[in-house]
Amino acid sequence: MDTLTQIRRVWKPLLFITCLIPAILVVTDAFEITGRLGANPIEEIQDRFGYWGLRFIMIALAVTPLRHMTGWNWLIRFRRMLGLFAFFYVLNHFLVWLLLDQRLLMSAILEDIVERPFITIGFTAFLLLIAMASTSTLALRRRLGRRWQQLHNSVYVVGLLGVWHYWWQVKLDIREPLVYAAVLAVLLGHRVWYRYKHRPTPRA
Amino acid sequence: MLIRKSPDIRPSEITSETNYLNRRQFLQSSALAGGSLLAGSAMSAVVPDTPMAELSGVIPGDYSTTETPNSIEDIVTYNNYYEFGTGKDDPYRNSQDFKAHPWTIEVDGHAEITGTFDIEDFVNPHTLEERIYRMRCVEAWSMVIPWVGIPLVDIIKRFKPTSDAKYVRFETLHDRARMPGQRRGSLEWPYREGLTIAEATNPLPMLVVGVYGHSLPNQNGAPLRLIVPWKYGFKGIKGIVKMSFVSRQPVNSWQMAASNEYGFYANVNPTVRHPRWSQARERRIGAGFFAEKQETLMFNGYGEHVAHLYDGLDLRRNF
Repeated sequence: MDTLTQIRRVWKPLLFITCLIPAILVVTDAFEITGRLGANPIEEIQDRFGYWGLRFIMIALAVTPLRHMTGWNWLIRFRRMLGLFAFFYVLNHFLVWLLLDQRLLMSAILEDIVERPFITIGFTAFLLLIAMASTSTLALRRRLGRRWQQLHNSVYVVGLLGVWHYWWQVKLDIREPLVYAAVLAVLLGHRVWYRYKHRPTPRA
Repeated sequence: MLIRKSPDIRPSEITSETNYLNRRQFLQSSALAGGSLLAGSAMSAVVPDTPMAELSGVIPGDYSTTETPNSIEDIVTYNNYYEFGTGKDDPYRNSQDFKAHPWTIEVDGHAEITGTFDIEDFVNPHTLEERIYRMRCVEAWSMVIPWVGIPLVDIIKRFKPTSDAKYVRFETLHDRARMPGQRRGSLEWPYREGLTIAEATNPLPMLVVGVYGHSLPNQNGAPLRLIVPWKYGFKGIKGIVKMSFVSRQPVNSWQMAASNEYGFYANVNPTVRHPRWSQARERRIGAGFFAEKQETLMFNGYGEHVAHLYDGLDLRRNF
């Protein structure tokens, strides 16, 4: 098998299953096979999906810095899957809120989106993720050309909004959101630094 | 009608569930229970010196709801007690080695009787009552909990507050060695809370020493905590070491942390908007995955007993 085939036939399926583990654990914990969801299972599931959504956004954003540092350009072949898993977990986070927490009660849903700043921010990030996920096929990427790249650059905004959403949701103890903010700062900071280092040199 | 006298079977008689918590301590305390049974009588409350030891001489109190109480498991594993960590199960995980005995309570301020009292002397002159109250947290969840305790009004009368006592102020233990959550800044320690003297002498508030007929687990505020059922849960200060009769409105901990979100009164009020949680509805813990949230009631459903305390007060501004 050549490298590309190996990536497609072996590594991608393996990564796919690995990325699915947090979701599988939600199900097995719900049936108390692997653990428990505790006294407030809806909150627990919603939190877990939210965490993993944010983590996968960070993981997808780590691909480029890792490539720069290691020269492992094959990493790029996994990035779309990582991004789509970010969307998958955020979508689940959203659906738990919509279906289990709010039970499709429209007045409460709209009130939350309009009146609770942290939900407004999270919802905005979710809309951007929908736009990115729905244009993630190769065909659309080719069709959209430069505009595709512009649209998908909004992942930086999604990262910022995601951390902000978490930060504002926390009542008092901001240590964890702070960790996410620090990781995001490194991931985005690397890009700024890299661009600066590789800026076009002025010609005489 | 939501508020009625206790049902015939008191939750304290449902003992099987209580074994869930902390078998080690439960077994230890069972050995002691024999002694406390002898010492206990209807007119002198005995507080065992370990969590989840059976309480004796508990009588059914008034004002109990007929709603089904939450399981002991829910009550002891889902707590807000930042002294033991900010996660919901942190208090359960981090408080098991906490020793709530010996324990003293200092009473000071505008009262004829002041001083420092052992927990035993503090509760001894009273009869323990069981009351099943709704508990509504500001985080929009709720439980039904069978507390065991003493009406706060009875305790206050004992210390004979003077006319200068307009408010009662409470403080939690401040001990970084015993309370790991206090080793870092989250809230300003010690935790403090307060009530107006009219609120404190209303028949509903209780100083609680037990749950489900057993002494309080550490994570629920052992050995002594406050319960004010028509207010958000954070008013129910835990691990009380000080009670002061003061003339000025005290500032409570959550008000200090975010005064735009948490006020002094903190009455359960579905019409006051909150930037984090809609207070219009609440999720009853233990209701299951697919249960709908329920409407939150003004004063958590205790309006007929307490609404008159706020005549003429704008409750939207004084949230």
